[in-house]
Amino acid sequence: MARLRHANGKTLTMSVTYVDAIRDAQEKLLREDPRVFLYGQDISQFGGAFKATKGLAEAFPGRVLDSPISEDAMIGMAVGAAIEGMRPIVEMQFADFSSIAFNQIVNQAATHYYRTGVPVPLTVRLPSGGTPGSGPFHSQSMEALYAHYPGLVVVTPATVSDAYHMLLDSVALDDPVIYCEHKFLYRWLKAPRINGDGLPIGKARITRPGKHATVVAYSAMVHEAVRAADRLKEEGGWEIEVVDLRSVKPLDMDTVLASVARTGRLLALGEAFPWGGVTAEVVSRVCTDGFHLLDAPPRRLNSRDTPVPYHPKLWAAHRPTPESICLELRKLLTF
Amino acid sequence: MPETEEAVRTAAGLDRDYVRDVFRAMLRARLLENKLSSLYKAGKIVGGVYLGKGQEAVSASLGTSLIKGRDIFAALIRDQAGRTAFGEPLIDCTRTYLGSVLGPMKGRDGNIHRGRPLDGMPAMISHLGAAVSVVGGMLIARRIRGELAGVVGATCVGDGATSTGAFHEGLNMAAVEKLPMVVIVGNNQFAYSTPTDRQFACEDLLDRAKGYGVGGHSVDGTDVLACAKVIGDAVQLAREGAGPQMVVARLLRLSGHGEHDDGSYVPPVLKSGHLGRDCIETGSNQLVESGYATAEEIERWRSDFTDEVQAAVAQAQQEPLPDPWHEEWHACATQTGRL
Repeated sequence: MARLRHANGKTLTMSVTYVDAIRDAQEKLLREDPRVFLYGQDISQFGGAFKATKGLAEAFPGRVLDSPISEDAMIGMAVGAAIEGMRPIVEMQFADFSSIAFNQIVNQAATHYYRTGVPVPLTVRLPSGGTPGSGPFHSQSMEALYAHYPGLVVVTPATVSDAYHMLLDSVALDDPVIYCEHKFLYRWLKAPRINGDGLPIGKARITRPGKHATVVAYSAMVHEAVRAADRLKEEGGWEIEVVDLRSVKPLDMDTVLASVARTGRLLALGEAFPWGGVTAEVVSRVCTDGFHLLDAPPRRLNSRDTPVPYHPKLWAAHRPTPESICLELRKLLTF
Repeated sequence: MPETEEAVRTAAGLDRDYVRDVFRAMLRARLLENKLSSLYKAGKIVGGVYLGKGQEAVSASLGTSLIKGRDIFAALIRDQAGRTAFGEPLIDCTRTYLGSVLGPMKGRDGNIHRGRPLDGMPAMISHLGAAVSVVGGMLIARRIRGELAGVVGATCVGDGATSTGAFHEGLNMAAVEKLPMVVIVGNNQFAYSTPTDRQFACEDLLDRAKGYGVGGHSVDGTDVLACAKVIGDAVQLAREGAGPQMVVARLLRLSGHGEHDDGSYVPPVLKSGHLGRDCIETGSNQLVESGYATAEEIERWRSDFTDEVQAAVAQAQQEPLPDPWHEEWHACATQTGRL
């Protein structure tokens, strides 16, 4: 939440960062719901590798617990606790490390409701995506892998307010939620305050209205898409519509198709690797259900098909950039 | 058979009802599983049938030592006897194997994967060892709510599952959290067809308990009274706050991995040796010799359970099967529209 600080007799409204929003949502959940507890590596006194749990262990003794370096057991534990009626939030130190927990997430948590009729309300926070210098094992985006499995909800907040509200909503859901928070946005993204109540999970948002082409994006790529749209506006007066998916499962195809109906052109944009994935899913569904709406073949843009590189110069060119997005959009607009 | 005599001596003083309950659960499970095997061979069961033959003494001792309605039991592949002892209705088993829509899994999952999570029996997944941390989580939930006093959570694994990361992560976590957990390792000499010398290189799996700071116990899994004593004591230790306990039971799987497997890789010398003893036969003798039951009582139990098994199978066979047109097809509890 926005913090009011008094300095020199004046009231200043401080900005809220994306990671503040995640921390504050967890504080609110711990305060208001006795079923909530936090589990993860270094999240207690240390406050988490990214300080997303700073001060929470002191405020809520016994409910913010350091785990051993055991991602498999962390999720297994959360499944057991959720069966017992708790609302565990597990912090993976990096999304990449959730590969160790893959079995517990996709086989234990995801199948549980269908098999037994007993819901498993747990939330896994995945610090996702790349930052300069992070390299191959601290930069990956896992949302498509988890979205592939029935029984999981996968959310990808792109704004400070969504980071806050969608974490509250994730914990409120009776299902296992993979909450993909973007590390690049942690401190880079700020807002004066948390807005309103947000949209429900499963509803996409038109971040920027337009009429010449639609960019469907999520997480940090929403901001790159807006930058690209700004450039094309300056360059040629193009009005690019940007749709923020907010959650990749459920996928709000109603909003996407309505946007494509307005613009006739689609670019699906994601930071994850290009093979398959969310962008492929969006293109496929638009072709199936909205082929008649298209004035040009739909395009998609992802990272390059290599592991995520370490050096900032390589990294910046590995993921989609405003330049590469503009390039794709020009192809789309001039078809 | 000196080992048996020694076991009988150490088991002297075991509660009469407890021993009788252990054996009754073993016998009931064996009779049920014999029927399942014949149904499988008659082509009446889809998927696999996995039996606990030879492991009943271990499994039933655990299930009987746990308190229904309070404790947690994550049964695994060869735990029909423990399930029975812990109060799983016999009809749950026949319904699940025969695909009845009235069963706990409604035809959505089969055979040994069934469970009643809200009754303290989580449903297993095929990735054995994964249940250790689930039981840990159920216990941690109760600790946070202040409801852990006097509760025990238990699970069984085989020698093969001790090679998985999930087993090690789960056991280590239980030790770190000092949870009232009992992990039984049924060392049945083979993980599917792979013998233990291709599975682990330590001398005794019990060393692993020590390595994690977990209480360790060893038992002859073919000896009913020894199992009832050692496993009962381990459960009691956990219940009294001594932290996680691990019991390694030496035994031999008396069937194949599943009923599709004839187990022909098991050397005859193992089958004819001490570990090849059938715990139902030796247990029957032990109970009579030690005065826990009479031969007539055991025969009467056998007859009653046979009738009970027949009735459950007959009932499940008459029940409706899952119907794809009436299936809900919901993988999520929250219906969020088109997923």
